[in-house]
Amino acid sequence: MEEKKLAIIATKGSLDWAYPPFILASTAAALGYQTQIFFTFYGLQLLKKKLALEVTPLGNPGMPMPMGMDKWFPVLGLALPGMQGMMTAMMKQKMKAKGVASVDQLRDLCQEAEVKLIACQMTVDLFDMDTAEFIDGIEYAGAASFFEFAGDSDICLYI
Amino acid sequence: MAEFDQELDASGLNCPLPILRAKKTLNGMTGGQILHVIATDPGSVKDFDAFAKQTGNELMESKEDGGKFHFLIRKS
Repeated sequence: MEEKKLAIIATKGSLDWAYPPFILASTAAALGYQTQIFFTFYGLQLLKKKLALEVTPLGNPGMPMPMGMDKWFPVLGLALPGMQGMMTAMMKQKMKAKGVASVDQLRDLCQEAEVKLIACQMTVDLFDMDTAEFIDGIEYAGAASFFEFAGDSDICLYI
Repeated sequence: MAEFDQELDASGLNCPLPILRAKKTLNGMTGGQILHVIATDPGSVKDFDAFAKQTGNELMESKEDGGKFHFLIRKS
């Protein structure tokens, strides 16, 4: 069987949006795809050794709120200090209860399955990010390197 | 349920963990050996079917029994 290729661009740095790139990449690798994820802008948060990802209900009318909270908190209520931390804690608790893997765990599985993780060098420079804060085993590159792989890919996703 | 060589209990795990664990276990087995996977994720029924089709490992049996899903996969 000829090896298929999956190229993903991960642009978001929140707890909920951390899932699609890592779930798809790890599954694709298990199915025999050669897989690369290119992390750019806020997506670089997903490569930090110590993940501090949060989820926010702000500006997200599709987010299911526990206990009908969306009914008794108007939109501005969701901006109250502590609200984001509380929603993040609730989301993590729910994921654990439902047997959904943690982001760390999925990322480890990706690395184990030899999914190539590439950090956008320009973003690292732009935000003065400290590469010591990133996990080992990643590469730093730019748009041209992404196309070298993505140009031949069977599936290419922008997340 | 037919004979099998190895068993993997993925009960309580959600997508994509049952598939990833199964793949990992299959990696340590030899061609022709049979893996028995137990899962509780209802999505795993379609997923194991798709996994088998795409990887060439044969899904010999897929059934539900007492709220659990059982799969027999023969490594290619």
